[in-house]
Amino acid sequence: MNNKGIPIPEIIKDNIMSKYPAKVAKKRSKSMVINDPVASIEIQANVRTIPGIITQRGCSYAGCKGVVLGPTRDIVNLTHGPIGCGFYSWLTRRNQTQPGPDGENYMPYCFSTDMQDENIVFGGEKKLKEAIQEAYDIFHPKAISIFSTCPVGLIGDDIHSVAVEMKEKFGDCNVFGFSCEGYKGVSQSAGHHIANNQLFKHLVGNDDTNTGGKFRINLLGEYNIGGDAFLLEKMFEDLGITLVATFSGNSSVTQFERSHTADLNCIMCHRSINYVAEMMEEKYGIPWLKVNFIGAESTAKSLRKIASFFRDDELSANVEKMITEKMAIVKEQLKEIYPRTENKTAMLFVGGSRAHHYQDLFKELGMKILAAGYEFAHRDDYEGREVLPTIKVDADSRNIEEIKVEKDPAKYKERLSPEEKASLESQGLQFNNYDGMMKEMDPKSFVIDDISHWESEELIKTLKPDIFCAGIKEKYVIQKSGVPLFQMHSYDYGGPFAGFEGAVNFYKEIDRRVNTKVWGLMQAPWKKEASISASLIKAS
Amino acid sequence: MLLRHTPKEVIERNALTINPAKTCQPIGAMYAALGIHRCFPHSHGSQGCCAYHRSTLTRHYKEPIMAGTSSFTEGASVFGGQANLVQALDNIYTIYKPDIVAVHTTCLSETIGDDIPQIVSKAQESGKIPEGKYIVYASTPSYVGSHITGFANMVSGIIQGFANQSERVIENRINIIPGWVEPSDMAEIRRMMSLMRAKYIMVPDTSDVLDAPLTGRHEFYPKGGTTIKELQSLGESSMTLALGHFTSVPGAETLRRLADVPYEFQDIPIGISATDRFLMAASHATGAEISESLETERGQLVDMISDMQQYLYGKSVAIYGDPDQLIGLTEFLLDLDMHPKYIISGSAGKVFTKRINALMEKYGKEAIVKNGPQADMFYLHQLIKNEKVDLLIGNTYGKYMARDEDIPFLRYGFPILDRVGHSYFPSVGYKGAMYMLKNILDLFLDRKDRDAPEESFELVM
Repeated sequence: MNNKGIPIPEIIKDNIMSKYPAKVAKKRSKSMVINDPVASIEIQANVRTIPGIITQRGCSYAGCKGVVLGPTRDIVNLTHGPIGCGFYSWLTRRNQTQPGPDGENYMPYCFSTDMQDENIVFGGEKKLKEAIQEAYDIFHPKAISIFSTCPVGLIGDDIHSVAVEMKEKFGDCNVFGFSCEGYKGVSQSAGHHIANNQLFKHLVGNDDTNTGGKFRINLLGEYNIGGDAFLLEKMFEDLGITLVATFSGNSSVTQFERSHTADLNCIMCHRSINYVAEMMEEKYGIPWLKVNFIGAESTAKSLRKIASFFRDDELSANVEKMITEKMAIVKEQLKEIYPRTENKTAMLFVGGSRAHHYQDLFKELGMKILAAGYEFAHRDDYEGREVLPTIKVDADSRNIEEIKVEKDPAKYKERLSPEEKASLESQGLQFNNYDGMMKEMDPKSFVIDDISHWESEELIKTLKPDIFCAGIKEKYVIQKSGVPLFQMHSYDYGGPFAGFEGAVNFYKEIDRRVNTKVWGLMQAPWKKEASISASLIKAS
Repeated sequence: MLLRHTPKEVIERNALTINPAKTCQPIGAMYAALGIHRCFPHSHGSQGCCAYHRSTLTRHYKEPIMAGTSSFTEGASVFGGQANLVQALDNIYTIYKPDIVAVHTTCLSETIGDDIPQIVSKAQESGKIPEGKYIVYASTPSYVGSHITGFANMVSGIIQGFANQSERVIENRINIIPGWVEPSDMAEIRRMMSLMRAKYIMVPDTSDVLDAPLTGRHEFYPKGGTTIKELQSLGESSMTLALGHFTSVPGAETLRRLADVPYEFQDIPIGISATDRFLMAASHATGAEISESLETERGQLVDMISDMQQYLYGKSVAIYGDPDQLIGLTEFLLDLDMHPKYIISGSAGKVFTKRINALMEKYGKEAIVKNGPQADMFYLHQLIKNEKVDLLIGNTYGKYMARDEDIPFLRYGFPILDRVGHSYFPSVGYKGAMYMLKNILDLFLDRKDRDAPEESFELVM
């Protein structure tokens, strides 16, 4: 403790590390940083998880099938493997969807080849083909995608050849595969990259139909948890902005196929989807901007970015009008809640962008972020994209395919002349840029990558936050300690939290979480009585 | 419609599973290991397996599920997971200090052929397992059996790790393997045994582990679970009661083989008849008399059935889930004069259909019974589309069918992701049967209240 009674971060860190075996301490120490927003501090990220440490992380399959492809309603997502992987990723991520005009929605279904030992011994390709055929015969979907689980890669099933064969056979159904075996990479992040690659190869650019509209954008890395995308769709519609495709909340195959006709890519979750944006810029000439619609102020800022990109007075005026109107409502609602949340404290350990984005909402509530970190992010998500050239590519990342992309001679279209781009940049619009989390966090706050159970337990004990944000595995562990945990993957079955309306929902949610009476009920009254009488006896 | 693409017409499938009525082995192994006091379950495979299992168990119990993973990378998948497991054990014993680590395998580590006993002895040799600490293991490849198999295999693994041949036999003390049931069910079995003043050891036992109170302190190892002392004494019991053919007989057989303890098979005591048989078997084996209080509970259950029999008679039911539970449930529903018409389990095993068919014959009823490959909820839904039932019973995934087809729905089995109560209110024993019966009646009567025309809306029912 220092003389104000506040625990000193360096001491907390030393205590945490002292429990680890020496080698583990050495490695974890580099992933636990005491922040300095001005000096650029390097954080270790996207490296192998330490076995046995109790990590939050999941696997490549989860990142590919669960996160990126899961929200698309009209693809039959077929898991090739034993039954578990398909089962656990069945409807558990809360990606909401509307069935769309043609009514195709396979999201409530789980499709699996349910591989048995004979498939492992003799190969599973035959069963896979048969399963694809059966899916086609029953459902006649637009697309079938195949997701490889661990044993598939090991026994050498060639899902991509199977996909090509079946696609040719059907003629009216796109079939493609994802080699997203769980052991690839070090976390879900590898799966995001694999998903991006295949989406780009097999879907983006297939359909040149331009449905019109003056301001045509794609929204990337928005997965419609709790209905976020619905609010954003409505917001864009109200502003006269045409949303060509969302990757991939409330999305459809057709949207992906037409996404190259948009003029701007707006990235929400940088970690999971920046690859597609980069490739689309290269091949089709679509520039990208980092946006954030989590937080009312951030939403206003992001809308202004989009408006300034399109350089249209009417759009700018509409954006300003919306911001003025909505912010008045937001502020009115916040006024009532703010006194109850002000100066409370939070920790966020989740995902690859939410632990950053949601800081904006907490700040709007007057709350302080004591510690934050990602589950599967890379250094650029912490330190900003300027560190990209200095990131060493290790063996685990090298195994993930990097697609070589070239200008499409027919479909490439320059959206901005170099002069126009330079002019926008001089006005403060930053293309292809993400500053990361650390620059916006307080000095001396903790930044921790891939936090372990032991580390979070110690942080809770020493810093006593008013709320901890993480996922389902952490939820009841933290709550047993008397600290509310808000699930930031699933929104604790609530939401939406994006945009202006979402911000108000979040204020109310957090108010409930940090001001509930339940934590005061933990101790039985006779225990309190006992401790009082014990001290009385002692006193007498 | 939520399941808008499910056609009425049944096309035979040979390769594709849609909406499975089972999951994979390792999650069962993890659950079983949580029923051992101060035991740390460890998943030897990709970290996604462990993340998925912890997530699903957490959603089901709304409790902490603490477990570790070997976090395989591509390198480990090529060169073997020995280094990962040895390092994991070192970290687990150093940081989390369990008394036992229960290692289960996954499809990944099984496919590459990792030899767990060999890796464990390597860890022992290199001093990674501290003095007085234990390690048990089970082979649980996801491409064999189901979550039920994984549970049974880990129970066997635990028994194998501790069972000692003993000269001494403690007369009238028995072992109980309760099968994959809820903490509330294990607590209810304990309550019944203590009412009878019978001596027993139960393995595993997740009560007081996965139903822990909120106190403001996270106990990494809650107070419940079978203790090491108890595990070491299993070989001294006079016999083992194995509740459930699929989940408990393999463990009982392991103990018989290793320690010469005979076993008797009984169904999981779901409903009146199975509870009768369980209590009689427990009474015979321990010499303890079935207490008057239990007899009273039985009488109360029968009373409740007779009071409300008119609402139950002839009602058709579709059930899906795990084989040991479904056998008990089928018999209970038949005892209630109801008609279990479709009975589906993703878990394979001929014993299942044989038992169900025997029950149907005994009660003079017919049912469509299917288990194993393609015995999934998609098929069940198609059956329902062809001929509707009055009640659907199964895990949370059934809510999509129930809503589409407007059928009253009782959540039962694993996993239940959207309601609470199963950790605290049992479904075994007479008390459990009363609780289940109350829930079934509530569904029927609420439906009647909802649908009755105003003129025939009833006050008294």
